[in-house]
Amino acid sequence: MKYKTWKDLPIGAVIPEPGSSVEYKTGTWRTFKPVIDQDKCIRCLLCWVSCPEPSIRRHEENRVSVDYDFCKGCGICANICPVKAIEMVSEL
Amino acid sequence: MSNLNLIKTVKDIPPEEYLAPGHRLCAGCGAPIVVRLALKAVPGPKIVVSATGCLEVATTIFPYTSWKVPWVHSAFENAAATASGIEAAFRALEKKKGAKKPKIIVFGGDGGTFDIGLQALSGALERGHDLLYICYDNEAYMNTGIQRSSATPKGAATTTSPAGRVIPGKLERKKDLIGIAVAHGVEYAATANPAYPVDLYNKLLKAAAVKGPTVIHYYTPCPTGWRSDPSRGIEIARLAVQTRIWPVYEYDHGTWRINIMVKKPKPVEEYFKLQGRFRHLLQPENKWLLEEIKKDVEENWNRLLKLAGLKT
Amino acid sequence: MARIVGMNGDTAVAYAVKQADVDVIAAYPITPQTIIVEKLSEYVNNGELNAAYVPVESEHSALSACVGASLAGARVFTATASQGLALMYEILYIASSLRTTIVMALGNRAFSAPINIHCSHDDAYAVRDAGWIELFAENVQEAYDLTFQAFRIAEDKNVLFPTIVNLDGFILTHSLEGVNVFEDEEIPKFLPPKEPVNPIDPEKPVSYGPLDLFDYYIEHKKQQAEALKASYPHILKVFEEFREFSGRSYKPLKTLSMEDAEVAVIILGSAAGTVRDVVRKLREKGEKVGVVSLTLYRPFPQEELVKVLKGVKAVAVMDRSYSYGSPGAQLFMDVAATLINVRDKPLLFNVIYGLGGRDLKPEHVVQVFEHAKKVAKEGEVPEKEVWIGVRE
Ligand SMILES: Cc1ncc(C[n+]2csc(CCOP(=O)(O)OP(=O)(O)O)c2C)c(N)n1
Ligand code: SF4
Ligand code: SF4
Ligand code: SF4
Ligand SMILES: [Mg+2]
Repeated sequence: MKYKTWKDLPIGAVIPEPGSSVEYKTGTWRTFKPVIDQDKCIRCLLCWVSCPEPSIRRHEENRVSVDYDFCKGCGICANICPVKAIEMVSEL
Repeated sequence: MSNLNLIKTVKDIPPEEYLAPGHRLCAGCGAPIVVRLALKAVPGPKIVVSATGCLEVATTIFPYTSWKVPWVHSAFENAAATASGIEAAFRALEKKKGAKKPKIIVFGGDGGTFDIGLQALSGALERGHDLLYICYDNEAYMNTGIQRSSATPKGAATTTSPAGRVIPGKLERKKDLIGIAVAHGVEYAATANPAYPVDLYNKLLKAAAVKGPTVIHYYTPCPTGWRSDPSRGIEIARLAVQTRIWPVYEYDHGTWRINIMVKKPKPVEEYFKLQGRFRHLLQPENKWLLEEIKKDVEENWNRLLKLAGLKT
Repeated sequence: MARIVGMNGDTAVAYAVKQADVDVIAAYPITPQTIIVEKLSEYVNNGELNAAYVPVESEHSALSACVGASLAGARVFTATASQGLALMYEILYIASSLRTTIVMALGNRAFSAPINIHCSHDDAYAVRDAGWIELFAENVQEAYDLTFQAFRIAEDKNVLFPTIVNLDGFILTHSLEGVNVFEDEEIPKFLPPKEPVNPIDPEKPVSYGPLDLFDYYIEHKKQQAEALKASYPHILKVFEEFREFSGRSYKPLKTLSMEDAEVAVIILGSAAGTVRDVVRKLREKGEKVGVVSLTLYRPFPQEELVKVLKGVKAVAVMDRSYSYGSPGAQLFMDVAATLINVRDKPLLFNVIYGLGGRDLKPEHVVQVFEHAKKVAKEGEVPEKEVWIGVRE
């Protein structure tokens, strides 16, 4: 429990910490995980722009990686990748 | 408008994110894509107003929020009115105290825009508030469990327009949101689609550059409501365009443009067969409805060609 | 320094709002408050008031825009009545729960159907559960004065609740009175510019109006309930500061001849004046009658009411509204609930009067006191609900 009693709550039910949903890890929803083959990747960033979470991280020189804390395993990235550099691997 | 830095590739989109992960939209939901891009495209200080709906409930479950910009939700039908008040307040405070006026971005679902919120939207557009209104259209009331809206396309099955033995899904056409917006005299209004992110991003840039109300009508894949494979959302979005079911076009200061020209449309069946909401249309007894839809699609495309000054 | 200006209730409220240097007005016309929004539009368009006037397309949008503007840090005003208030209903609760500081003038008018444009307190009562502070004006001067106090109360850091000034439709909204007005430059002494608490700020991004599930919702509601209760002493402080500022004194309850009263009337709004005249006359005849009127309706001044009713034998609670199927009309239920655990409490009955603008005449009030005396004498209530001024 982030706030214990009604006296501890910020007034007006506001959420004062921007982006605090990162404390909630949606990665547990996943049953398949995307695995990127960096050798195949052409760094087009289509997976990055299309990930709903976002859980594709964009790095130097447009390299990409998956943030498994949040990736829900939807498979959009694998489906959209023009060079099939992403494979969905079962986690079950 | 002239100094707009329109982008050429996805790589030109800024890396900063203003929507944090950890939200609880379904896996494969198309709504956050436009949110991420809008928050990148609108320069400077900004404020988001959301209507009740999937996006609102899933991004701000107390005590967590995914928003890294100020965000306000009041009710379902009043996002445009709430935004009007915020805009008016900053206008007044700018005059009195010199506080810099942020850009207001509104996100409403199709229910919150086409139906219950249409009056408030009309008021805001007519009054000319400086805001960018984005309708994320997943073609039904998803938050309450997939009920029909006036944006639900003809033929689609929802829980209040089920594919029954007598009435095979929704029989009415989708409302023309862009037409409604343009009739209010807005300077810029456009449809957009996540399968075309560069076009989408540039439209957000153009809309944000207008001082006054603008409307973006965004196609929002919804695997849960459409009974489709979550991994195929973008593929379905592209097919919607390639079949001419969901044309991508804009109205830009008096000029109509079809941004994604579809010379040889794919058969609509290709689009329908990927989604449970349309599958009944492929049954022989519903052929009449399928034919009617095909006619509508053609009619609408020709209407747009005409608007764009192109030959049908 | 006293300057008397002839104004009706609507004009007086509009003038006060202008002097309060409001930032945003969002309102929609409806009789009997229309003059307020017309006047304010005039002030804005003539450059006499530096505010944004949002000419919304409905009352639902009016209050929605006010919520947005208040969260953005502006001093905000709206006005409505009856059907307009009903259309705002959904947003009333949102406005208070988000702790906005909107001030609303409510030109009290009956709910349809049949449609009627005159005074009932239906609209005022419709807000009673919504978490707003509600004040009632008894005359035009009070409508003017309470408007300033409403801004102070709503925006007080220890309060932060939207506030309504009720003024009886036509009886106050449209009747001309000499009003003792302030000079513009005096106002900031009592009402400085709003200092917003937690306003929308791109530098400090906050989320307002989230989804709240069973893990926190009840705590939020408890917090809100306690906050409204805790606002009470701060409301009294504003009344007191206004007295120091203006020389005019406001209290949650106004009483006449209650010290030794055996029977009493409790009432809201302009009709209190009529009751008071009758009380004076009956007192001249030696009758132990008294009257209590409420300036502060929400939060309900429970302790004060218990105190002033001490020793009273019978009380007529007068409602200018009706609560269909309830054990009593709205004010009656408030008073009954206030007294429920008090020992030696008076007998209560409910008088329904004045619906849809029906005049409350002195002889009606005399009738009410007669009834109350009978109840006091016999020690029982033959009729809990009495309608007066109705053709039987
Ligand atoms: C006044 C009112 N009526 C009904 C509802 C219930 N409701 C909440 S969200 C919703 C549907 C939202 O649909 P849409 O705007 O398309 O957004 P989506 O959930 O599809 O993203 C409904 C009917 C409500 N919250 N308020
Ligand atoms: S599987 Fe879905 S959620 Fe995970 S990284 Fe790919 S697109 Fe993002
Ligand atoms: S879509 Fe494929 S090629 Fe493009 S960046 Fe992602 S992994 Fe690399
Ligand atoms: S129901 Fe549809 S729109 Fe709603 S969160 Fe799920 S995928 Fe997104
Ligand atoms: Mg929807």
